[in-house]
Amino acid sequence: MKEKNLKWILILPAVIILLFLVFYPLLWSLGLSFYEYSTMIVRPPKFVGLQNFIDVINDPTIWHNFKVTAYFLAVALPLEFLLGFGIALLLYEEFKGRRIVLTILLIPMMLAPIAVGVFYRFIYDSTFGIFTYILSQIGVKQFEWYTYKWVIPCVALVDVWQWTPFMMLILLAGLMAVPQYLYEAASIDRAGWMMKFRYITLPIIKPLVGIAVLFRTMDILKVFDTVFILTDGGPGNASELISFRIYREAFQYFHTGKASALSYIFLVIIIVLTNIYLRFLTRRPAEARVTREV
Amino acid sequence: MDRRTKRNIIKGVKYLLIAIVTAVWFFPVYWLIATSLKTRLEMFAIPPKWLFNPVPDNFIDVFWERRYGLTPGPTEFPKFLFNSFFISLSSIGLVILIGTLAAYSFSRFELRGKNTWLFFILSTRMLPPIAVVIPIYLMYQRLGLLNNYIGLIALYIMFNMAFAVWMMKGFFDEIPRELDEAAMVDGYSRMGAFRKAVLPQALTGIAATAVFCLIMAWNEFLFAYILSGFDTRTVPVALARIRGESGINWGTITATEVIYITPVIVFTFFLQKYLLRGITFGTVKGR
Repeated sequence: MKEKNLKWILILPAVIILLFLVFYPLLWSLGLSFYEYSTMIVRPPKFVGLQNFIDVINDPTIWHNFKVTAYFLAVALPLEFLLGFGIALLLYEEFKGRRIVLTILLIPMMLAPIAVGVFYRFIYDSTFGIFTYILSQIGVKQFEWYTYKWVIPCVALVDVWQWTPFMMLILLAGLMAVPQYLYEAASIDRAGWMMKFRYITLPIIKPLVGIAVLFRTMDILKVFDTVFILTDGGPGNASELISFRIYREAFQYFHTGKASALSYIFLVIIIVLTNIYLRFLTRRPAEARVTREV
Repeated sequence: MDRRTKRNIIKGVKYLLIAIVTAVWFFPVYWLIATSLKTRLEMFAIPPKWLFNPVPDNFIDVFWERRYGLTPGPTEFPKFLFNSFFISLSSIGLVILIGTLAAYSFSRFELRGKNTWLFFILSTRMLPPIAVVIPIYLMYQRLGLLNNYIGLIALYIMFNMAFAVWMMKGFFDEIPRELDEAAMVDGYSRMGAFRKAVLPQALTGIAATAVFCLIMAWNEFLFAYILSGFDTRTVPVALARIRGESGINWGTITATEVIYITPVIVFTFFLQKYLLRGITFGTVKGR
């Protein structure tokens, strides 16, 4: 077979699957977002133009979902970054048992969010949960996590437990990529650690920080499983993140058209955010960086 | 205080912090495993029981129904466990095959619009699953693929495709092109050279990618929950049934969880070198 044909034939199956299971459905739901339609009712979809989008924008509870998602991001992301950076600095130098520590830190991110959600339900339980018990030992009596005030920080904590190691790993890779001779040269010039950090470490790890923050931002915005199992969006709708709201619209209220419209708004927000990040955080586009590194 | 003592103190503090971090991160997993081995009384004891005699009762309960008021007999769990294994294993077999071929092409040939294709493939990974699950549900409804193994297997292939292609491309890029060329000089065809010369070199890479895809398929919940029915229910979906339940049987649930996460933890221990690389999409070189 000619190489010219062969090279495309090799790629074809992969592309067909992606077109059939990602792009075709996405186009379909873009179409649906202009129709009034419900999977429950046997009635042909009715074209309503932009009505679904208008409904979404005018729905105050959906604004609430956006706020909750932003709040969740605002609690989880900085914590993951700071802790991840701190731990990366701790693990930077080689020591005995570093491999074991790294493996233990790998475990949470390999576990299913649904499984993690289930065991945090056990840990958070207000009568026998170990979390409640530890808090009571340090003076916080009768802590109730499933309340309007505490539910988001507590769910965010689960995310922090599961994903701080991811931040840590990428930052650690960044730190290890800094050539030693730069530090040595700086020492000869009598630079203090602050100076070294500011002028050597930071510029070199900056693109990786960008990638780590970008990946985490996108994933936090998409969180579904943990909330599904841990809080069911409650109490009330206190922990109803956007993904969870889309799920409810589509599979509990059966507003298929409205859910599709909301999905699209959500998708556009994620794409816009990704692009802002890429411009803002790295001079070199992140995908070029990934290409080079892989 | 001289320099030396000061340095030793800093070192001591550092090790202490590392120990604390490791303990905090491992604790929830430890607590889950410990709970699954406790009796009902010990499980809910306050203050918590740190020392106890492990008992296998909860694990027996996962497979054999003997709770009061219910008919004794085998539970449905083995079926769900089989579904999880069957769906993840079949999907990774196929995604590795399809992804490896595509990756080889991306690694070895000049393709028009190569970066665009690669970015297109990568972009499928950035999509929020919830945004695609609605149209896929409608599509599957029409094609009769709801509660069907093929439906879920196809989806998990899609789900892992970007990762498989990018990872494998990385591994192929590290194998010198001269290897294929030498094999072709020896009379092998292009695909023959790929099979005989390149593939054996890429085996560890394939294994690492496969394990990674396997874990992702094994852990997937949303698609499985919405698209599977009783016959194709996987373990995460079965676990999710405790949602909204008030009198949760924590003994059985924790034991189920331990069974479900054990393969993942074992893989993590044995393959951490490759996992490091995979998780970060190649930004961290496996060390």
